[in-house]
Amino acid sequence: MMNKFFKSGDPFVWLTGVALMFSLLMIAGLLWLIMAKGLGFFWPTNVTKLELKNDTEIMGEITAHEKIRGISGKSETEVDEYRTQLKIGNRDLYGLDFRWVDDDQIASESKPPYAVVMERREWGNFYGFIKEITEDGNAVCSGNEECWAKLEGDIPVYAGIYKEIRKIEKGEIGGINRQIENYRLKIKGVELKSGDESKIKNYEQQIAQEEQKYKEKEKELEVLYKEFTREKIVMVSVDGREKEMALGNVVLAFRPNSMNWFQKASLYAQRAWGFVSEEPREANTEGGVFPAIFGTIMMVLIMSIVVLPFGVLAALYLREYAKQGTLVRIVRICVNNLAGVPSIVFGVFAVGFFIYGIGSSIDKFFYAESLPNPTFGTGGILWASLTLALLTVPVVIVATEEGLAAVSREIRHGSLALGATKFETTWKIVIPSAMPAILTGLILAIARATGEVAPLMITGVVKLAPQLPVDGYFPYVHLERKFMHLGFHIYDVGFQSPNVEAAKPMVFTTALLLIFIVVVLNLTAIIIRNRLKKKYTTSAV
Amino acid sequence: MEVGNKLDTDNVKQIREMEMEKKIESEVSENMDTHKAPYAKYEVPDPIVEVNDLNLYYGSKQALKDIYMDIPKNKATAFIGPSGCGKSTLLRCFNRLNDLVDDAKVEGEILIDGEDIYNPAVDITELRKNVGMVFQKSNPFPKSIYENVAYGARIAGENKKSVLDELVEKSLKGAALWSEVCDRLDESALGMSGGQMQRLCIARAIAVEPEVLLMDEPCSALDPIATGKIEDLITQLKDTYTIVIVTHNMQQASRVSDYTAFMYLGELVEYDETEKIFLTPSKKQTEDYVSGKFG
Repeated sequence: MMNKFFKSGDPFVWLTGVALMFSLLMIAGLLWLIMAKGLGFFWPTNVTKLELKNDTEIMGEITAHEKIRGISGKSETEVDEYRTQLKIGNRDLYGLDFRWVDDDQIASESKPPYAVVMERREWGNFYGFIKEITEDGNAVCSGNEECWAKLEGDIPVYAGIYKEIRKIEKGEIGGINRQIENYRLKIKGVELKSGDESKIKNYEQQIAQEEQKYKEKEKELEVLYKEFTREKIVMVSVDGREKEMALGNVVLAFRPNSMNWFQKASLYAQRAWGFVSEEPREANTEGGVFPAIFGTIMMVLIMSIVVLPFGVLAALYLREYAKQGTLVRIVRICVNNLAGVPSIVFGVFAVGFFIYGIGSSIDKFFYAESLPNPTFGTGGILWASLTLALLTVPVVIVATEEGLAAVSREIRHGSLALGATKFETTWKIVIPSAMPAILTGLILAIARATGEVAPLMITGVVKLAPQLPVDGYFPYVHLERKFMHLGFHIYDVGFQSPNVEAAKPMVFTTALLLIFIVVVLNLTAIIIRNRLKKKYTTSAV
Repeated sequence: MEVGNKLDTDNVKQIREMEMEKKIESEVSENMDTHKAPYAKYEVPDPIVEVNDLNLYYGSKQALKDIYMDIPKNKATAFIGPSGCGKSTLLRCFNRLNDLVDDAKVEGEILIDGEDIYNPAVDITELRKNVGMVFQKSNPFPKSIYENVAYGARIAGENKKSVLDELVEKSLKGAALWSEVCDRLDESALGMSGGQMQRLCIARAIAVEPEVLLMDEPCSALDPIATGKIEDLITQLKDTYTIVIVTHNMQQASRVSDYTAFMYLGELVEYDETEKIFLTPSKKQTEDYVSGKFG
């Protein structure tokens, strides 16, 4: 009877169903965990003030609440005790951001409506109340109610001034420095080659001009900085300590206890947008991750540009032009096995071959003036992209070969019978027909490469990059620069940051962002592929 | 009796001389393996393709044996015979498509317009532009209808839109397809019915302006109506192109072709005007085949 049951096939259906459910649950569980912890990062939580039994007060956001075992000696029976973690901020006053409080120490708790949460450019968040705002030393308003409107109005103004300052510092002064460096290198180059005195004098003149420009810019900056620090705000923390800071130091200020749901939602959107568009602050534990997003996407693009032609051409040769025999089969097996090599091995290979081998040769021939400082002889976005291209080329080759094999012999013969050469047939008929499969290979390559971190760590990713690899100065795309990467950012923020507690929520948010980027890239490629499929495989017969 | 004797002697001498010549000839022909047919090559008016002593081997297996035939210009010639007799193989020799088979070996010569196409100096792409082919299963490219027909011209280097437009229209009209697709030239060629796709393949082939058009069982995958349309087309195309058609369908061969060749097991059994083959075949094998006794 049991035999009959097994033979009927029902248990097999159940087994496969359960296996699928299990896999889906694991994926869903992972996504849910990341979303729950990551999406909540931007929601403005209420500020709680706790009065402790020892007559002290602390105020901040409640970030955790956990059970601790009953302390031995207190009672025979084990009592469940809890403790609460508060983010109290004010690192410049207290020295640390977070504090644990045993629940039985709490006398009462309240949510003061005027409590302000302030995100700052230095020292992290501030939790407290407004005392007064001064302009050029004179108090303009005092107290929470009066000053709130002024504060709200002034923040965007100072944000604008800050942007101006950054533009001059990074953009214009940065450009002047770059030019001076350029001329210095040119002088060194002339010295190495010909020693032409007139040329050197020319360059020195140019340098003097640039230094003059620099002085002018410095004066501009002075003026801006004065403007920036004209207004100061004095805040009071919950235990009465005062702190004066420039109003320009405030990035964002809000009073969560007196905000309704819509205001909180709009603040959520604002903070989320800031996360993806701003630069990081405070050793990557605060601020945005825009440079990391930019670096990740640019690296994936460069990798795609490299891997697609090489993979497709290699697959073409293997399938169309090589004489099918044992040698070709061995090559194919080797290519497939390349996909199993651990990625860190690719990284080490890249350091030896690309960076020390090719990179230092490029330096010797083209950048001799900068030596001993390496230009291409050290990690950079070019080498990192090439490493990942090497990593994902087997995937593209395998997918392309499948696509090429699927193009029917009749179509090829049809083209040849019209007088086309084999090359023309391949280029005009076979490759376009195999495009959907080639794009599938590209999708898989992108998905794999975006998540790899190990080989990047030694070929060009850094914790904090001063500039983006693309800027307004010739040659506009700087392939020798080091860059930031989202995957590495997660590792750095989660495990290497000086303030792990503050950084923990950011880890999940960044992971969510990375998943989202991969989904967007994949969806784009899938849509392109579906359009091509429709174009090439509709048939009425 | 002197005159009679003399005449007799003369006659006898003449006869003896003739006999001697024949003997020498036959000896010579036995010893020399020249392009002399084991049978008399059937004479056709104005031959454009001449096949002399063609033998084809797939590895060690001989697929075509001692083929001698001429294909007449601007007429339709049909190859008939049971499956595996070598008619498609012979057809594919005319545009050297058999070169694509790795172990195919061809001996002999095929002259098109007087030039041996198996000469190593021949440009294969030029040959294939001159000798077009339509396959059994229609194989339009996964492109638009316009691009399918223009493909051959683009390969030849023609890219001017006006020239291509004209060519596409002319070819589609020549294939009796223009009226059906003139308003959807940019749609995918794969969205047509089977008969339309086959006519598209014919249009595509004649767009290259070949002299000879080879058709390998072009209607075997089509319904009778579509088949009828293509047969009418062949009758029209005869005026401009030389058609060689391989077919299983003997009624089709008798309707469409002017000359028919019957092949069996790689040999050319009989080759004559279509009427003669079907009504008064000279070989018994041919008669058995056309009357349906085997095949």
